[in-house]
Amino acid sequence: MKKLLTTSALALSLAAGAASAEGKLVIYHWFEYIPQELLDKFAAEHDVEVVMDTYDSNEALLAALKAGAIGTYDVAVPGDYMVQIMAGEGLLDTIAEGELANKGNIQPQWADPAFDPGRTHSIPYQWGSTSFMVNRDVWQGDINTTDILFNPPAELSGKINMLDSQGEVLAMAALHMGIPQCSTDREQLKALNAMLQEAKTHWASFNSDTAKEVLVSGDAAVGQIYDGFGAKARAEGANVEYAFPTQGYVVWMDNVVLLKDAPNRENALKFMDFLLEPENIAAVSNYARYVAGVEGVAPYLDPELATQPESNPPAEAGPGVFIAVCDQATQEVYDQIWTNLKK
Amino acid sequence: MAGGAASGGGPRADTYAADRTWLLLPAWVTLSILVLAPVAMMLVYSFLTKEFRGGVIWEFSLAAYDQFFFDRGLFGDEPPRIEWTYILIFWRSIWQAGAATLLSLLIGLPTAYYIATRPARQRAVWLFLITIPYWVNLLIRTVSMKFLLRDQGPLNDALLGLGVIDAPLSIVNTNLAVQLGLFYSYLPFMVLPIYAAVERYNFALSEAAADLYATRWVILRRILLPNVRPGIIAGCVLVFVPSLGSFLAPDLLGGARNFMIGSLIEEQFKGNAGNWPFGAAASMILLTLVLILLLAFARAQSRESR
Amino acid sequence: MAKRYDLRVYPGFRAVTFLCLFVLYAPLVVVMVYSFNASPSITNWEGLSLRWYADVFTGPESAKFKAAARNSFVIALVAASVATAIATLSATAILRGGRFRLRLVSFGLISLPLMVPEIVTAVATLIFFNAIGFDRGLLTILLAHIAFCIPFAYLPIAARMQGIEDTYEQAAMDLYATRRQAFVRVLLPLMMPGIVSGFLLAFIVSLDDFIITNFVKGAGVETLPTAIFGSVKQGIRPNIMAISTMLLAVSVVMVTLSWLISRRDTTR
Repeated sequence: MKKLLTTSALALSLAAGAASAEGKLVIYHWFEYIPQELLDKFAAEHDVEVVMDTYDSNEALLAALKAGAIGTYDVAVPGDYMVQIMAGEGLLDTIAEGELANKGNIQPQWADPAFDPGRTHSIPYQWGSTSFMVNRDVWQGDINTTDILFNPPAELSGKINMLDSQGEVLAMAALHMGIPQCSTDREQLKALNAMLQEAKTHWASFNSDTAKEVLVSGDAAVGQIYDGFGAKARAEGANVEYAFPTQGYVVWMDNVVLLKDAPNRENALKFMDFLLEPENIAAVSNYARYVAGVEGVAPYLDPELATQPESNPPAEAGPGVFIAVCDQATQEVYDQIWTNLKK
Repeated sequence: MAGGAASGGGPRADTYAADRTWLLLPAWVTLSILVLAPVAMMLVYSFLTKEFRGGVIWEFSLAAYDQFFFDRGLFGDEPPRIEWTYILIFWRSIWQAGAATLLSLLIGLPTAYYIATRPARQRAVWLFLITIPYWVNLLIRTVSMKFLLRDQGPLNDALLGLGVIDAPLSIVNTNLAVQLGLFYSYLPFMVLPIYAAVERYNFALSEAAADLYATRWVILRRILLPNVRPGIIAGCVLVFVPSLGSFLAPDLLGGARNFMIGSLIEEQFKGNAGNWPFGAAASMILLTLVLILLLAFARAQSRESR
Repeated sequence: MAKRYDLRVYPGFRAVTFLCLFVLYAPLVVVMVYSFNASPSITNWEGLSLRWYADVFTGPESAKFKAAARNSFVIALVAASVATAIATLSATAILRGGRFRLRLVSFGLISLPLMVPEIVTAVATLIFFNAIGFDRGLLTILLAHIAFCIPFAYLPIAARMQGIEDTYEQAAMDLYATRRQAFVRVLLPLMMPGIVSGFLLAFIVSLDDFIITNFVKGAGVETLPTAIFGSVKQGIRPNIMAISTMLLAVSVVMVTLSWLISRRDTTR
């Protein structure tokens, strides 16, 4: 017993006492979304100890910060709509004009997005789309329509996996019906509710964690999926094709934000400047297979990325839309629709 | 249960009556701080007003319980009717967990018995054999289970090859898959307590019964099972309760087409809904249900043993 | 007296046990086989390879997984030991402490972590730690694990203690043993199978916990489950299978060792 205690005390002290570098930077990030070499490079360049913690969804990030984790982390990487929500919740610090030397590197199309006007809280990290993939061995017809998900042909009925994520499913459903994402029209909402109930009879499962695996293994013939995962599913040998529906598809962008009460604000800004350098952010793209929002990354990119079908929508594709942020009353109706769908 | 596990040995056994305060002190201190205080906090939260997108506003409200029991339509302005949604979710979870517990008992009891009747020095090895699989993370085990049960998976291949079936069995995304997953998740929780109980069973009792011409199945039913009942009850509780709140097996094996209690509550805290008071209320209702169930069980048992 | 048959043997029980082991181990075979897969996919077989084992030790995440494994083992060992000790003491008070007012209440309190859904404990504990200004880190994980391990250790221990008549200790004390001696020399040895299964349950419960750990862990502190869950969000890769296989190997080594030790004990 005594030996046990000594061993554990030793291990505890080992885990606790690693800090030795000049400064520190605490990142709250998605898992496996940044190459370790890049973090090491930053740590070496600025003599900063980098500590990273991870979360698995935008909502989990919000929940953790609201439960009191704010003040622990310097930067986080929320998706587009979550930047807006976090700003509304007062969880973000403001980046003053001139605090970021490389702010000019942001591509013009991402310099003033609706979810963070003027980029006062965030910088672009990576962006991509969320649509669905179809197994071409099972279905040879047209796939560029949301009917594949919500009103599928008999061959695909019962073989569809949806993401277990309210935002992505309901945004896609809104595109399918051609209604706004935050509709307040009662008839539209009732129709949306009814449409989803009907569509569910064609769905085999809701699964985000194994969205790629079910496509590769053939368990699902259709699967809602992020473009980067789609590319990986294809690379693993599945005969699957990523769809760009004419009704439109979901676009997302992850952003590095400066958190309120950041304990190492200076280093957080240095880190953001670091990620605005084309060479560095290109390393993330090469690793995660998504697209950066910074000028001049092309020379550093893996050439395959440029031609990847999942990142290159055809001309006839519908518009790519961000997930909208609704007000409380509207959101409650959508929450109810989602509960109805899964009850 | 409470009466069961608490009363064995009988309140007459009072060897350490003088020490009981400090014997219980560590448990009281640890659990008061780490469980009781947080649960009390949850109870308070369930009566607060929800803050949009997670969090609470410190104002008294019954909205969470209202949402649980009354259906006011999609837009919240219809006259209230009884809400069946959540009752249905609870019922589904209870049913699934119950089926998984029964399955665990049917497999776990003979296994525990068999292990407990091995020669003394083999028993530790057998126990380890039962617990070894649990060194692999639950998620990985569940994913592998899914792989085995797939339509084109090894199980179906084997059964087809043996000519047992003509077409692949569709197990994944069914209730059966969820039950198998839960059974697999918590089996040692059934085996270990029963083992501990059988291990100290006095086989002289069986001998005596056999001398009175009882068959071995009668002995099993009338002598052995009543004697190891505390272990069986402990095992059933240890499997049933975690099964109620689990969401890995339902999500991965069952396809997550329908909420279970666990995923419903998780959604309130980590999902889009962000309705903490409702999540707290659902938890308190679940907790109350489990406690009522266990108390009823304890009463029935203490009445029986009197 | 000549026995008509062995009363301890029930036909079919052995078959059920082997069926049970088969069900337990079949998915593990999948894990082991696919840990040697050359392909980065876990569903397509592309030939034998050790690359994922190399990846675990030298890959970009090796440092993280090593730290996570160390954390997991330390936490599981300490939490299970402390929980088992607390549970043994509590069981002694509840089952050998006579009749007292807080008896049922104490039992209820000990069982409470089992009754509360994990996600609730997780959120409540997080809010609680924040409220009292306790910094999250390895220590918060350890404390939370001790709390929810207690009932898992308690139930097998209590189930065992109920079956031991207190006449043994009474006899010892009639022979002038002190209460402490009766406890240490008589009750504890008799309790050992219960204590071992209680410890084992607590150990695997702690080793496998994800939900609570994920909420109460501090920045940069990972346990194996949190590292694995995070990793599979990007798709399940064979390196996770390789880690799992190695964990299995460690546990098999432990079994063999314990078997050898127990054999030496009895042959002495």
